[in-house]
Amino acid sequence: MTENNELIRSSAAALAGKLAAREVSAVEVTQAHLDRIAAVDGKVHAFLHVNTDEALAVAAEVDAIRAAGGDAAGELHALAGVPIAVKDLIVTIGQPTTAGSKILEGWHSPYDATVVKRLRAAKMPILGKTNLDEFAMGSSTEHSAFGPTHNPWDLDRIPGGSGGGSAAAVAAFEAPLALGTDTGGSIRQPGAVTGTVGVKPTYGGVSRYGAIAMASSLDQIGPVSRTVLDSALLHQVIGGHDPRDSTSLQDPLEDLVAAASIGNVAGMKIGIIKELHGEGYQAGVENRFNESLELLRGAGAEIVEVSCPNFKYALGAYYLIMPSEASSNLAKFDGVRYGLRVLPEEGPMTIERVMGATRAAGFGDEVKRRIILGTYALSAGYYDAYYGSAQKVRTLIQRDFDAAFAKADVLISPTAPTTAFKLGEKLNDPLAMYLNDVATIPANMAGVPGLSLPGGLADEDGLPVGVQLLAPARQDARLYRVGAVLESLLEAQWGGPLLDRAPSLTDPALTGSALSDAAASSHGGSH
Amino acid sequence: MSDATLSFEEAMEKYDPVLGFEVHVELNTKSKMFSSAPNVFGDEPNTNVNEVDLGMPGVLPVVNKTAIESSIKIGLALNCKIAETCRFARKNYFYPDTPKNFQTSQYDEPIAYDGYLDIELSDGTIFRVEIERAHMEEDAGKLTHMGGATGRIQGADYSLVDYNRSGVPLVEIVTKPIEGAGSRAPELAKAYVAAVREIVKNLGVSDAKMERGNVRCDANVSLRPHGRERFGIRSETKNVNSLRAVEHAVRYEIQRHAAVLDSGEPIVQETRHWHEDTRTTTSGRPKSDADDYRYFPEPDLVPIVASREWVEELRATLPEPPAARRKRLQADWGYSDLEFRDVVNAGVMDEIEETIAAGATATVARKWWMGEIVGRAKNADVDPGQLGVAPATIVELNTMVEDGKINNKMATEVLDGVLAGEGTPEEIVAKRGLAVVSDDGPLLEAIDTALAAQPGVADKIRGGKLQAIGAIVGSVMKATRGQADAGRVKELILERLGVEG
Amino acid sequence: MAAINRDDVAHLAHLAHIEMSAEELDRMAGELAVIVESVKSVSEAAGDDVPATSHPIPLTNVFREDVVGHTFTAEQALSGAPDAYEGRFKVPAILDEG
Repeated sequence: MTENNELIRSSAAALAGKLAAREVSAVEVTQAHLDRIAAVDGKVHAFLHVNTDEALAVAAEVDAIRAAGGDAAGELHALAGVPIAVKDLIVTIGQPTTAGSKILEGWHSPYDATVVKRLRAAKMPILGKTNLDEFAMGSSTEHSAFGPTHNPWDLDRIPGGSGGGSAAAVAAFEAPLALGTDTGGSIRQPGAVTGTVGVKPTYGGVSRYGAIAMASSLDQIGPVSRTVLDSALLHQVIGGHDPRDSTSLQDPLEDLVAAASIGNVAGMKIGIIKELHGEGYQAGVENRFNESLELLRGAGAEIVEVSCPNFKYALGAYYLIMPSEASSNLAKFDGVRYGLRVLPEEGPMTIERVMGATRAAGFGDEVKRRIILGTYALSAGYYDAYYGSAQKVRTLIQRDFDAAFAKADVLISPTAPTTAFKLGEKLNDPLAMYLNDVATIPANMAGVPGLSLPGGLADEDGLPVGVQLLAPARQDARLYRVGAVLESLLEAQWGGPLLDRAPSLTDPALTGSALSDAAASSHGGSH
Repeated sequence: MSDATLSFEEAMEKYDPVLGFEVHVELNTKSKMFSSAPNVFGDEPNTNVNEVDLGMPGVLPVVNKTAIESSIKIGLALNCKIAETCRFARKNYFYPDTPKNFQTSQYDEPIAYDGYLDIELSDGTIFRVEIERAHMEEDAGKLTHMGGATGRIQGADYSLVDYNRSGVPLVEIVTKPIEGAGSRAPELAKAYVAAVREIVKNLGVSDAKMERGNVRCDANVSLRPHGRERFGIRSETKNVNSLRAVEHAVRYEIQRHAAVLDSGEPIVQETRHWHEDTRTTTSGRPKSDADDYRYFPEPDLVPIVASREWVEELRATLPEPPAARRKRLQADWGYSDLEFRDVVNAGVMDEIEETIAAGATATVARKWWMGEIVGRAKNADVDPGQLGVAPATIVELNTMVEDGKINNKMATEVLDGVLAGEGTPEEIVAKRGLAVVSDDGPLLEAIDTALAAQPGVADKIRGGKLQAIGAIVGSVMKATRGQADAGRVKELILERLGVEG
Repeated sequence: MAAINRDDVAHLAHLAHIEMSAEELDRMAGELAVIVESVKSVSEAAGDDVPATSHPIPLTNVFREDVVGHTFTAEQALSGAPDAYEGRFKVPAILDEG
């Protein structure tokens, strides 16, 4: 297997430039990434399905249009021919969509998600579907029914979750861009632990139509990339109003690429959230976070401290709202219209029992746990105390954000309290797993946008640390402005992108113990 | 096994009925409540659906604006207050006709509430029914139970699901408990549902065809001893899908409750199913989740704010209310008070209006509907409008009579043929050989008889005394009861006798 | 607030249509008890005067015009069905008649 290192390590923006200048063809770019997937995905297991033929066909179409020149070539989207991976929670015609669950194994959607339609309109070749915790429920991608994804920095460690597949694919240079979904941190936390960039847009900023719902009032689709600018480029492809999503914002999309290109933060007020660092955060995480603050201060930003006292209720309220909505959203998986049907082994053969047997066999433990918890929180007599109270906590969290944004243009915190932990380490301790999202959940509860970017490597384990930026609702542009500046300051300090320090994955000396695990666990997918 | 019942009279002597109704009205919007698939009745199964109606993974609902406006119009026509803000909720229960395993429905925030409807009973008494609420929801798909003997859910081996109806917009109209109807409870039940049906039809927001399930009624009945204030335990009878059935079901449930109470047993709070064939109800099994629907606000939809301006705009578009319409129709048609009340009570006002629109006079339309069709409907135990007589059929029959092709007696026979499905009136006339015979056979027969009976007169005519012909013509006219054409009879007599006229 | 026990979990599993073995019920009851305990503070966090927020970004009156859009053919509708018969989804009997 030969690898075209230059192509797979290029940013999407750089690839777009080379494609427009016809220095490379879209087929070459796409093939380079398919080759990389073939070379490393046996170890990483970022993909559940690889979409070779369609991706190459779209790339060839772009090349043909460019070669023909004229208006059609001029009208090509800037990212035309730049390949992308799609989290397998987002439905696609022509490829299976599993949501990482046995209950949907083999199911093909008869319709495209709105974001997928937009990728197709931009003629971005879709490389395939990426792994995730089943129905996006998890923080490690270990809850995928098709085996875990491995962190490219250390194959024995988790890539974060639920969007570990998308983050790992981008970190392992299998794709320059990917789509993720973020309900409580599923884009940002994997970004943090894999040294990549991930953005959760303002709620309603990107259409949810076609993203298999976990918690409707919290879910958002967003970009996953290696640079802040690349996320801005992808955000502009997928963002903007969609009449098929009633919660979609009708505001015109801001120029996020321009925001990522402003290049200064002088005079901006950046607020440290008192409650989201310090105790409970790994020392290496805290150190890198403090370095980022110094860099921003040095660039002329004013660092202020803000307090969000109600954030301490956020995790609890999240674990009431999310499972409540999920319990209802996942009721449709019953073995009647699509997906798995399992017949009860004994007793009467009624539809009710078939549904019960199907859901018992089709859902994994974490999904069942959340469905039962949500059913409990919504059930008669408990609604006010649980769901009702949690919705009130949402109001309190929004008020905390309002107060904080009165003092600061952007808020900052570590993205996750720790670096990537070992596969299996927290699998049997749901509560410890839930704590990974403590810093990312408030943004989902309030609907505000958040961005995670690499902040360096922790001293104690040499693993990536994420820095999270939060902006007021509808002010996603501020994230790109500050994020791009911080990224360039950090890279100047490092002497290049953080991912340059990641292991190569193709060096024979580095085929660690995870290789056999990965090979063993990949049978569930459809490579 | 059928339940014991008391006679209605005895039940009324001992107990006071309290009623309540939930009437579901299917709106006739072009597309569904939350999806753009067509809202059309009766097409091939699973063709009026898209990913939203099938509850595919990833889909989201978007509210149909026309459905909201229709709901507000219904609320206004029921004299309801229109909520300034209201929301949809999810009603969670598993059932294979419900593709998401929850129904998107309004729960604690209905779009319309606190209304009333004045119902006119057959003797002209006005009875006010208080409306608790009218809320929006979506219809379910249609289950067909296979393998059992009766097509019922009991004993079926398997069921088939068609989601064409899934997502059709519904407005559910819920009354407050109706007290004080006494022995008129069954009549009031029928009149109430008829009035709701008339209102939604008049508004143009529903096709209002009960036989198609556009208007469906769940009837709640409870009894209490006379003089007691506290309500008894109620039953809810579902699947009551004609006006006559509403009347019968309420009557039956009163009789059944009375028998249960008399036996000293408690009434079971339950769903009952109405069976048109036996005119009885049977106990329905409760849905498995009936005790806990886990309602919560639908997170995929946003609140509806009905500004006062919007409501007033809609109010301005409301058509003439049914009471005013009745007054106008009575005047237009020139019916007496008694005639008009009979028409209303027989439930054929709309049918008469349609028949007049099709070309009949008011008198002819009334003659046919009241004189012929209402009686046949009663015998067949269906609502007159559901008997299967199209307004055009009546116009056609009447034209045939007026043109002399058939007489009135034959016309009723043709009507029976139409109802028996033998074809169009014209086809039936031909098939049954009913047309007034236009050849001269019957006349010649009468002439021959008359000539044979009066040989002397025949000879006179043969002899040229043509004025004698009057006696023969007279006999023929008598024999044919005056329905023969005298001129033609004369011609035929002369022909028969070989005399030049 | 009442603690969650094994019978509660059995009832919830029934409501949620997930068959669970005795062992699963025991395990789930233990795990849920811990989670429920940890979210308890939520019910005391906000007073009666705090309104509930169901949508993070408040919007109202998002409607669709009443226009007919795309439909599936029956074949498309049934393409992922575990069982179908004559253009319809086929399911086992709804009632247990023995």
